[in-house]
Amino acid sequence: MTKANTYVGSSMPRVEDQRLLTGKGEFIDDVQLPGMLNAAVFRSSMAHAIVRRIDTSEARALPGVVAVLSAADLPRPIPRIPIRIAPIEGAERFLQPVIAEGCVRYVGEPLAIVLAESQELAEDALDRIEVDFEPLDPVSGIGDARRNATLLHPEAGTNLVADYQVTRGDPAMADDAALYRRTESFRIQRHTAVPMETRGLVAQWDAGQGRLTVRGAAKVPFFIRNHLARMLGLAQEMVELIELDVGGGFGVRGEFYPEDFLVPFASRAVGRPVKWIEDRREHFMATAHSREMECSLEIACTSEGRIIALRGEIAADLGAYVSPTGPIVPSRAAQFLAGPYHVPVLDLHVVAALSSRTPVGSYRGPGRFEAAFFRERLMDMAARDLGIAPDEFRRMNLIAASDLPYSIGQLVPYEGPASYDTGDYRAVFDRCLEDFGWAERRKLDGREVAGRLHGLGLACVIDSSGAGPGEHACLYLQQDGNVRVHVGSSALGQGIETTFTQIVADELGLHPERIRICHGSTSLLDEGHGSFHSRSLIMGGNAIVVAARALRDAIRNAAAARFGCTGDEIRLQDGRACKAEGQSTAFADLAPLEGRGSFGGAEKPFGYGTHVAHVAVDVGTGHVEIVDYLAVEDAGRIVNPAIVRGQKIGAIVQGLGGALLEHLVYDDEAQLRTASLADYMLPTAADFPQLDAVTLALAPTPRNPLGVKGAGEDAIAGPGAAVANAVAAALSRYGVEPKELPLDPPRIWALLAAAAARACR
Amino acid sequence: MADPRLVNLTVNGRMVAVSVEPRRSLADCLRHDLRLTGTHIGCEHGICGACTVLVDGAAVRACLMLAVQVEGRAIATVEGLAGAAALGPLQESFRRHHALQCGFCTPGILMSAHALLSAEPKADRARVIEVLSGHLCRCTGYLPIVEAILDAREAYLCGAAEPAGKGK
Repeated sequence: MTKANTYVGSSMPRVEDQRLLTGKGEFIDDVQLPGMLNAAVFRSSMAHAIVRRIDTSEARALPGVVAVLSAADLPRPIPRIPIRIAPIEGAERFLQPVIAEGCVRYVGEPLAIVLAESQELAEDALDRIEVDFEPLDPVSGIGDARRNATLLHPEAGTNLVADYQVTRGDPAMADDAALYRRTESFRIQRHTAVPMETRGLVAQWDAGQGRLTVRGAAKVPFFIRNHLARMLGLAQEMVELIELDVGGGFGVRGEFYPEDFLVPFASRAVGRPVKWIEDRREHFMATAHSREMECSLEIACTSEGRIIALRGEIAADLGAYVSPTGPIVPSRAAQFLAGPYHVPVLDLHVVAALSSRTPVGSYRGPGRFEAAFFRERLMDMAARDLGIAPDEFRRMNLIAASDLPYSIGQLVPYEGPASYDTGDYRAVFDRCLEDFGWAERRKLDGREVAGRLHGLGLACVIDSSGAGPGEHACLYLQQDGNVRVHVGSSALGQGIETTFTQIVADELGLHPERIRICHGSTSLLDEGHGSFHSRSLIMGGNAIVVAARALRDAIRNAAAARFGCTGDEIRLQDGRACKAEGQSTAFADLAPLEGRGSFGGAEKPFGYGTHVAHVAVDVGTGHVEIVDYLAVEDAGRIVNPAIVRGQKIGAIVQGLGGALLEHLVYDDEAQLRTASLADYMLPTAADFPQLDAVTLALAPTPRNPLGVKGAGEDAIAGPGAAVANAVAAALSRYGVEPKELPLDPPRIWALLAAAAARACR
Repeated sequence: MADPRLVNLTVNGRMVAVSVEPRRSLADCLRHDLRLTGTHIGCEHGICGACTVLVDGAAVRACLMLAVQVEGRAIATVEGLAGAAALGPLQESFRRHHALQCGFCTPGILMSAHALLSAEPKADRARVIEVLSGHLCRCTGYLPIVEAILDAREAYLCGAAEPAGKGK
């Protein structure tokens, strides 16, 4: 047996793995209920159109089809999908109805839902629905949206959802004529999470009890439960959301989508269980997109290279409606634009506009990936202008350890001021460069080796974690001596059953096999706030710490009463409460006992780190190879190093996908051109085989009892920036400056062609 | 809808007969008719590899094959991979190397890796990456999976990886 109190910090094998490795996990499409119908959603093929008429009669007539529901079959007013986070004034004018009524605003918007005796029949019926559209001009992109010539929501009078300024410092400082300055425009392409399991739901209406059960919840089950109950006119306790195994989330999965209303509503309407499983083509048009953003940015520095100001504008395309995560993507990009650097003056105009595209939501590291790309690219250009090495430029401008905590001011309209907490940004930076062999490798910058040009690129990132309301946990010591943990966090593949088990094992001196983490249902607790913004360990983990300490005290007190001593004299070890002189009793003999705990409300911790990329560019094919890649980051404290390393590497590869491969392409008619995995390029095992992530436990945060910072998201922030800088370094002989992603072969060719044209002038 | 056909096949060493519509994919048949839900469906167009099973020992995308095509053939799915053990050596190696996170793509990858190592127990890193590149995983970044497969080779070399119904 492992020694007591040593699980936290060990790479314990995951408790989730046994079931997942043997095919015994339970994902949503594995659910089979008696009498269950299959649903298929009929979606708009037009980007922007008036819906004159929907004819579902032929579909209804098909044998095996039980019902076809469209807007006409829903109660009035048609419910609208609420904003969950990042509320901003006026955004309520742009909320999505759960089914299109009278007008469609993006390709893929739900118009009807078919219920049939099999999936095949439901899909057959989709082909028999006829819609009479009157096409309207699409709003194709940010520029179009801002011109307001075509309005997506005419009653609002504008396509702009957000239009605000954030500032810090004294703007006059930035106007000093002696400062070096450069302004550039950048762009991040629309791309998104693409979890391997598509969304799905099974809704079951129990007419006798007046009770609704919905399986397939993820991320924020309580939020969905509360709003679904409201929309259906049910008491909250009569709606249960159940989370099963979830095949990846990355931010997009588990928010409130139209189907989260339509499928339960349909189940109640026909009185039978209904299953809906999104197919991959649907997924690309119906699940949130992200990242699409333009940035015009000015940097002002002293001639020695000290940054004085970053000023400019961020403009994001939010798609056709404001999603449950509001304008979080551009607002976080603005908040994180200065990154881990000391930037005395910030002055940013933030615009979020609507277009005839799939609504945009939060995707792992929202705004961080974008901000790092804009900032780090511009920093490299400035450093080159000033004749300063890129590493020296960063080292000089990173916030010094002695300046932490560092106030960043109020940089988002819906939150108060924030501050960076603990760390040593320069030490982690130096460690990364040293581990990578930066000084030696840098000699390759711009050099041709075996027909390819090599280059190195850097990026420093920082990320908040643990946002939102607090979390709650309840620990029950059962009569068999096992401990059952109820917590409001959600599992999305990140291994929380394991990390939470490790925490409880140490707090109670109990073997992990005696601990069971239960997180899958809104009926386990009164309240829970789920998993987003790297908050599971910070909020859920710390709530469990508080609850476990309460249970520990209860066990001690119960044992003390038995032994006639004080609780302080009781030690917990291997599932027994022990008094000093050899008396002990098993936990089971003290059961039942419970401990409750909550954690929340504190300031957020900030993880940070440095990324470095070494690329080789084939000028002939435009292919960019990642020769090597390293991220060194500080997570404060690490519960399970193998899980953290897995999250970091996974995030880096996902970020490399965004840097080099992934792109949701729309044509001028706002039709999505990349609606399959053959067209939307995800990284494969052959793409990025050489990379590493080192995570340190350098500076635990004082902002939570465990001392942990988020570990799941922040590593995605670096790759876009580091790779683009490396490509610029590789192609420096041509004066190529990538300002847009992805750096796929066509873009590399275009950059080289433009450079050649410049050279000829 | 066409009339159902009766298909006889062996799944994980067990003979079964199943009545399917001719358009039923092997993946849907395994999952919904035979209730072997370990085989997952991620794209239904042969890209992601989550639905990979073995048909007569060869790794096949079950979403691209019709159930009526497997008449008389032997299918192996993840449910049979461990044999009588809790975990087979490949699965054990995945657990040791933290080679899965959400676990959705894992069954298909296990089946491809099992087919590879059964035929080529000395497969080198490049070969493992080549085979693995027929699968999409969005969580792990693939590195731990490569390590897990390489580390499982020894069990295949010494013949310790012979689950029931391996599909031969």
